[in-house]
Amino acid sequence: MKARSVVDVSTLPTAGFGPKSPMWWGTLGFMALEGGGFVLAVGTYLYLAMIAPDWPLGAVEPDLLPGTIVTVLLVISVVPNHLVSRWARKQRLGRVRIGLVVMALLGILPLIARGFEFPALNVRWDANAYGSVVWVVLGLHTAHLVTDLGDTLVLAALMFTRHGRSAKRFSDVTDNAFYWDFVVASWVVLYLLIYWFPRLYNP
Amino acid sequence: MLVEPVQSALDPAGSGAEAILTLFWIFLGVSAVVWVLVVIALALAAARRRSRAERGAGPLAPAPRGEARARGVVGSAVAATGAVLITLTAFSYFTGKSLADAKADPTLTIEVTGHQWWWELRYDDPRPDMRFTTANEIHVPVGERVRLILTSNDVIHSFWVPSLAGKQDLIPGHDNEIVIEVAREGTYRGSCAEFCGLQHAHMGLTVIAEPRAAFDRWRAAQAAPAAPPQTEEAARGLAAFQQNACVLCHAIRGTGAGGMVAPDLTHVASRSTLAAGTLPFTRGALGAWIADPQAVKPGANMPRSELDPDELNAIIAYLEGLT
Amino acid sequence: MTDIAAPVKGQRDSGLDDATLHAALTRTWETPRGLYGFFATVDHKIIGRRFIVTAFVFLFLAGLAAMAMRYQLSRPENTAIGPDLYDQLFTMHGSTMMFLFAVPVMEAFAVYLVPLMVGTRNIAFPRLNAFSYWIYLSGGLMLWIAFLLNIGPDVGWFSYVPLAGPEFSPGKRADFWAQMITFTEVSALAIAVEIIVTVFKQRAPGMALDRIPIFVWAVLITSFVVLFAMPAVMLSSTTLILDRLVGTHFYNAAEGGDPVLWQHLFWFFGHPEVYIIFIPATGFISAIIPTFVRRPIFGYIALVLSLISIGILSFGLWVHHMFATGLPQLGQSFFTASSMLIAIPSGIQIFCWIATIWLGRPMWKTPLLFVAGFIVTFVIGGLTGVMVASVPIDLQVHDTYFVVAHFHYVLVGGAVFPLIGAVYYWFPKFTGRMLSERLGKWNFWLAVIGFNAAFFPMHFLGLMGMPRRVYTYPLGAGWGELNLFVGLAAAMLFASFAVFLWNVVASLKRGEVAGPNPWGGGTLEWATASPPPFYNFMRIPVVTHREPLWAETESLPVATGLRVDARELICGTVTDATPELRESSPENSIWPLLSAIAVGATFIGSIFTPWAVVWGAPPIAIGLIGWFWPKGTPEDEE
Repeated sequence: MKARSVVDVSTLPTAGFGPKSPMWWGTLGFMALEGGGFVLAVGTYLYLAMIAPDWPLGAVEPDLLPGTIVTVLLVISVVPNHLVSRWARKQRLGRVRIGLVVMALLGILPLIARGFEFPALNVRWDANAYGSVVWVVLGLHTAHLVTDLGDTLVLAALMFTRHGRSAKRFSDVTDNAFYWDFVVASWVVLYLLIYWFPRLYNP
Repeated sequence: MLVEPVQSALDPAGSGAEAILTLFWIFLGVSAVVWVLVVIALALAAARRRSRAERGAGPLAPAPRGEARARGVVGSAVAATGAVLITLTAFSYFTGKSLADAKADPTLTIEVTGHQWWWELRYDDPRPDMRFTTANEIHVPVGERVRLILTSNDVIHSFWVPSLAGKQDLIPGHDNEIVIEVAREGTYRGSCAEFCGLQHAHMGLTVIAEPRAAFDRWRAAQAAPAAPPQTEEAARGLAAFQQNACVLCHAIRGTGAGGMVAPDLTHVASRSTLAAGTLPFTRGALGAWIADPQAVKPGANMPRSELDPDELNAIIAYLEGLT
Repeated sequence: MTDIAAPVKGQRDSGLDDATLHAALTRTWETPRGLYGFFATVDHKIIGRRFIVTAFVFLFLAGLAAMAMRYQLSRPENTAIGPDLYDQLFTMHGSTMMFLFAVPVMEAFAVYLVPLMVGTRNIAFPRLNAFSYWIYLSGGLMLWIAFLLNIGPDVGWFSYVPLAGPEFSPGKRADFWAQMITFTEVSALAIAVEIIVTVFKQRAPGMALDRIPIFVWAVLITSFVVLFAMPAVMLSSTTLILDRLVGTHFYNAAEGGDPVLWQHLFWFFGHPEVYIIFIPATGFISAIIPTFVRRPIFGYIALVLSLISIGILSFGLWVHHMFATGLPQLGQSFFTASSMLIAIPSGIQIFCWIATIWLGRPMWKTPLLFVAGFIVTFVIGGLTGVMVASVPIDLQVHDTYFVVAHFHYVLVGGAVFPLIGAVYYWFPKFTGRMLSERLGKWNFWLAVIGFNAAFFPMHFLGLMGMPRRVYTYPLGAGWGELNLFVGLAAAMLFASFAVFLWNVVASLKRGEVAGPNPWGGGTLEWATASPPPFYNFMRIPVVTHREPLWAETESLPVATGLRVDARELICGTVTDATPELRESSPENSIWPLLSAIAVGATFIGSIFTPWAVVWGAPPIAIGLIGWFWPKGTPEDEE
């Protein structure tokens, strides 16, 4: 069949922010599936708690200090995270560069604290089902922390190169900030589960 | 004695299996009608006579009357589907409820423990001298409710005697329960119904339902310790049993043999089958089984024996006397 | 929020004549011949075809395993195949069919067709698409190589614990199964995200949500189901590997774990899994019927709502696989009700399809024959499904050949028959050739008769006491004659697939040449050549109707203004596809393959040692950085 032109797209932009960008949707999809995985891990934890005669099983509750430090650091990081996102939308390259370096630091610090969190759980992964599930829950979140930190570091490096000056890169920065919010939000839930549920639950 | 054992959900002898079969016939009847209606509808739709005008029209030609009629038929079909499903759900619920009600007041409790690949059966009793453990063959009094408590020592198994009742799983760490009530005397065969490893296919069991008096006699005989050897060969057999690896796994009450990980052999000759329903209890089968269990049930936990022919024959003679 | 107004850069397609446009677009979008092109392509059509061919290879391998099983079962106490090999065979048959054939083939058709049906030039995240294929292939190869080395898994496709745990399954067999899951789930999740983003953002201008073909709705909904179901099986397979490798106790009752937890996690995935297979198959039916009765589908809104409800409801059924585990009765009743409920939207679909046939003018070509075969066969499976939804009935037939019959009826009748019909339907589009109608009819009758003859008797076998997963059965049980009959009928079913294969191979060379629209279909994939050019559409169509090719009889409205010297496609709003962006689409790249190798090696290594994750992380990081680092091409810099 012949063709007749009815729409002209030649003046459309080539990059967008938020739901205009396919990558934003990809990020959202990734959050959905990882979020679903977290929900199931939490469900597994609660299942094992419900069938156990006491909880924590054969162990004392995890020490509060390292986990609380991680939580505080992550919650604080939400502020610079949103600032970076806002500057990226306005394409303020200088500020975005500084902001990403700050976010990289705010990703490394919790990881260091996280290293102290594992032994502070007061139980080994191979001691019993409680130890196994609490290590796996913490480990899952750590994997997310590490991969998002990696993403942040690469993006930060990119913004200091000639590739930094592009709308696409700024859009990527906002998507990365979006994902960081998810890493923080999921941690708050898991923090309450690992540290406070055992203190409040009596089988 | 080789009775043809019954193993079919279509041939119920227990109250549970009967209730389920009735429910099944209802579902089957409804399903058959539904399927026939769908096939007829499809055939009518295919074979409908299309007028020449209709055949020549384009794909987007409007058909408002036809569509309206289709909406009506589809709507009715959906409503009918919903009604049928609600009815079937109700029938199912009531059958389930009657099965649950039929669990009350059992007169006998047996503990069933699943093993790879045999069934351990423990008959409990208020009197300690009436308690005993046996394997693979369950006797129950006809017409009475018998409660079976189900658990497993290793992997998940499932207790299924189709002529008597639905199945329940035997799960490590769990105590499940099934209640059977057998309506007529007979021998009923069952199988493990959850894949449990290499010899899942050869993990059969037998349920023998007999009148109360006969059951009590059986139980008393089972509770008694093992019969002493009656012949010189059998005596040599007992000695060989005790001096070989047999005692590491098997128990024979009244002798020193106290192994806990294999079927209890105190009254093995009273059972109609061997190796969890795999072989009949005959001299030849016994010999073949002891000499090389791996040939009969490859992967079974019983190793090949290192007995010489005399020892083997003596042990067979002894075991045949353990009625 | 500021967007960037683009200066008019690059050469545009406005005002170019067809020949020039074709040449320029081909240069921009082509996959070059040769090894680099083979390994670096990101073209969804090439990747989709690869996926389909690979999935069908796995179908044949799994079918051979089934024939071996039927041979062993053809006589009581047969000694042709011992328990060890038999257990591996049924595990490989189930695992291959479910994870390496059924789900991937449906995804593959989506990968190929969705961009064409929604009128765009490539799938979203094309490099991820390439990666998905390599990861899938690696997982399948790992599993089958393990089997051929006699270390294949032998604990069934659902691998129950404690049997699959460290105590009762020593060695690495069960780990190969568990890690195959990881490979195939990563692949499926990636494709799910690509499909969702393609359908949401890359539809042709004017293709509002209620103008999307039902097939696209079906795979869109399936992608959401994948997104929420697959993490469950990844969690369960990962915890199984942990129990086996590093001594965790998730499923060890002695240390606070529970074997039933495995069943909950597995079936929370496992039930939606069968709908992940079935929903796209219903999409095939909804695509084939309108073309072959020359009428739009009846009940579009009802069908879409039914598909959505099936997707959501599928998450509420999983306990019906666990009725014999001793769960409380009230909980069981809920799952009976939900399992019955899902029959309603399934029924709505069947009634709408029959209504469409009634309202239309059928052309009884092979695709429509398979639609009829599907309806007649699948309904039987759906009805036995209603039976097993009832707890009392299920307690008799669970884990017997009755259930084997049920799920083959819904999977073969409900997914494979539509799939074969879909191959006959879209083969001309993929290859430019028609399949033989004569062989198609042989294919159809052998399949329908062979399948029903092989599987209907299994209902009786189950009721007569025959459990599943048994490598043999006693002489006295009375099951021998039926099993022999089943074996012979299975050979007929196998023959139907041989005819199918022969038809495909012969028609590739000698089939009748097909034009762009040999069947007179109405959807956009038929608006371009057969096979489509690298760039899919010369100009992106603009859509005003559900069946654009039926609505536009004179000329096709199109959008112009995209670049021809760089890979560009149109992104629009989610609801009504109003154009918003000219999105650049990635060029061919070797990084997806390299990343897949790094990821695959890490997965396989972690079967043997947890340190593999540590050693594997740097190569994976390098692969991903190479993938995402901008290439300095103009479109990266805008």
